[in-house]
Amino acid sequence: MFKTLFGSETPEPSLLDRLKSGIQKTRTGLVEKLEDVFQGRKEIDADVLDELEYALLSADIGVKTTQEILERARQRVDRHMLGDASELKQLIREHVVEVLQATERPLPQVSQPPAVVMVVGVNGAGKTTTIGKLAQRFRNEGRSVLLCAADTFRAAAIEQLEVWGERTQTDVIRQQAGSDPSAVLFDALQAAKARKVDYVIVDTAGRLHTKTNLMAELEKMDRTTKRVIPDAPHEVLLVLDATTGQNGLEQARKFTETAGVTGIVLTKLDGTAKGGVVVAISRELNLPIRYVGVGEKADDLLPFEPESYVASLFD
Amino acid sequence: MFENLSDKLQRVFKNLRGEGKLSAENMEAALREIRVALLEADVHFKVVKQFIDSVKEKAMGQEVLSALSPTQQVVKIVRDEMVKMLGTHQAKLRFANEPPSTLMIVGLQGSGKTTSTSKLAKFLSKNGHKPLMCSVDVYRPAARKQLAVLARELKLPLYEGSDADKPAELARGAKREASQIGADIILLDTAGRLHIDDDLMVELEELKGILNPTEVLFVADAMTGQDAVKSADEFHKRLGITGVILTKMDGDARGGAALSIRSVTGQPLKFVGVGEKSDALEPFHPDRVANRILGMGDVLSLIEKVEESIDRKSAEEMQRKLLDDEFTLEDFRDQIKQLRKLGPLESLLGMMPQLGPMKDLKNVKVDEREFTNIVAIIDSMTAQERRNHMIINGARRRRIARGSGTTVQEVNNLLKQYTQARKMMKSFTGANAGMLGKRLGKLKLPGFPGFGG
Ligand SMILES: Nc1nc2c(ncn2[C@@H]2O[C@H](COP(=O)(O)OP(=O)(O)OP(=O)(O)O)[C@@H](O)[C@H]2O)c(=O)[nH]1
Ligand SMILES: [Mg+2]
Repeated sequence: MFKTLFGSETPEPSLLDRLKSGIQKTRTGLVEKLEDVFQGRKEIDADVLDELEYALLSADIGVKTTQEILERARQRVDRHMLGDASELKQLIREHVVEVLQATERPLPQVSQPPAVVMVVGVNGAGKTTTIGKLAQRFRNEGRSVLLCAADTFRAAAIEQLEVWGERTQTDVIRQQAGSDPSAVLFDALQAAKARKVDYVIVDTAGRLHTKTNLMAELEKMDRTTKRVIPDAPHEVLLVLDATTGQNGLEQARKFTETAGVTGIVLTKLDGTAKGGVVVAISRELNLPIRYVGVGEKADDLLPFEPESYVASLFD
Repeated sequence: MFENLSDKLQRVFKNLRGEGKLSAENMEAALREIRVALLEADVHFKVVKQFIDSVKEKAMGQEVLSALSPTQQVVKIVRDEMVKMLGTHQAKLRFANEPPSTLMIVGLQGSGKTTSTSKLAKFLSKNGHKPLMCSVDVYRPAARKQLAVLARELKLPLYEGSDADKPAELARGAKREASQIGADIILLDTAGRLHIDDDLMVELEELKGILNPTEVLFVADAMTGQDAVKSADEFHKRLGITGVILTKMDGDARGGAALSIRSVTGQPLKFVGVGEKSDALEPFHPDRVANRILGMGDVLSLIEKVEESIDRKSAEEMQRKLLDDEFTLEDFRDQIKQLRKLGPLESLLGMMPQLGPMKDLKNVKVDEREFTNIVAIIDSMTAQERRNHMIINGARRRRIARGSGTTVQEVNNLLKQYTQARKMMKSFTGANAGMLGKRLGKLKLPGFPGFGG
């Protein structure tokens, strides 16, 4: 019998609402730029396209993706399929939504709990915080959760996770600082099986995707996981900071290669950065964006919705 | 991953030969490539625009120097301009006339403030200072604990305060403690915050008022994209930052944010973080970061690899041989073997000064398989042939081809390449003009055999 553990039953606050509420943002983002573009100008000319290019670039969409989007637009303009600037805006928006929707896929099914969620990413991306938020989320859905403190490297990383454990009333499996991450993981998975919990969420140390030895450590953790639970991990989430520029694509590529990433969590969207590099990541690596982080509190995590996200870029 | 800017420019200038000047037309395509390269490196698009304008101005009407190809000339202009923008000299930390000096460490969440604080403490104590660290991050779970662990590991003093203390109380406590223990520097680690979080920005302003810091250092992640301009600008407006620490430069991010931050704040980059260990902090070198932003980091590290893998003595011996015309096919083979350990060569070749015997290198394609053939061919020669290539006549060439499983044509090619390489390497050992000439000259680079044109 298959159970869907990752589904959520409670109605969600809309992503757009949350992105609009929260801290009052300075309107210097794409929105303002696009308004500049469209203000008082109806005809599409080279200047409009230029400014549009800048607008897309400033959201970290990247030169390549931006040029492709604009090329599409240009063709339509040449064929007189686009009358004015507002149609152009609509076209671009739909295109980006399509790109993001193309990678959407159902949450993984788990034949038998525990469902194992690995959380990986570069240093400081927001992994541990995201884990706290995920624990909160699963607990709200009435699930039992166990956290695994497999960042044994960074100073006080274990204590940080323990605070999140307390906040969300979730047990944390830990060992001493400096111990082998795979050993902690093994313990946690055994404990999860014995206690029959629904979820194990594994915190890993931040690592740059270029460090081969640290990336190899993730492979080892994957092997350990499979030894205890053959079809695990069920979800491997790459945490990506929305302020990240074009390097995000390389991060996603490398972590997918070695850790088998199955989805992205885009954090710090409560700032002014848009994390537009996820558009390129979606296109090139076909990875779904699962959640977005919109603050530092336990409930500041929302499911990703392509339309709301794109709307927050354009409206 | 990224195509080297000089490769791109090379393509652009392929047809330039014969035109004496860099003109509006031939520069246009080049500038487009430069623009794309900078955007890919995450330089803010407005900064890119400014930058392109100033490069254009510099380049217009310049004579193409005979010593440099147009590509290299433009690369040189771009590099020089970028180094200038990044700050030509290395900015040092400033200290108060009356100790203690206070260094306030600020920045966005996850940028690397705590790690940088402890690295700075170590750096300063190594330089004869007595730093006192204090974390006023009362928000992120276990943030103060993190600094406490690092301080303990480094055996350097930390003001802990009590759990209930507010940031301002902690800051005042650190000040008292510093004078009690005779610390001459206070390093204040602050909580990560968004530049648009007004309450928390006000908190920083208050802390600044209490401590009157000599330095307010903005810590920025090298992977930051276009947003770097907004956050740096806001931190600067609110606090008047006095310097920047660029972290996580040990990854493969091009680090264009450095240029953006520098140009929006006007404040110097002071340090670069290159790892998680406490000594992975380096003074900022504008030229290195410029290379990195332009995608030439690989060339630089290749040069470093050459430096590492070639032992000085054999390099000197090689140089002597070259000067005395004793550089044999055997030496040639050894060089190839050594070079093959270094990885792809094309990027390095593209950067070579294109003059004298090296001008033919411009469009060289390096086929790595060819190296294997070359080694096989030389292995099939007799010791005498290897020492004196002049004796290798037609009959010998046929024999060598058979023995190495190659063709006479390939053996001929090899011998031609060998004589070319000899000529070329001789010019390396002398003083050399061009961008990398000096650096390569210093390294006594042993030469580049084996390219089929
Ligand atoms: N504003 C905001 N801050 C966030 C968000 N997610 C995480 N942070 C903050 O970012 C900082 C780093 O978060 P961590 O969760 O410690 O990041 P990490 O990836 O676990 O870091 P390492 O384990 O050190 O690699 C903390 O100050 C978090 O509070 C978010 O969605 N919005
Ligand atoms: Mg963590």
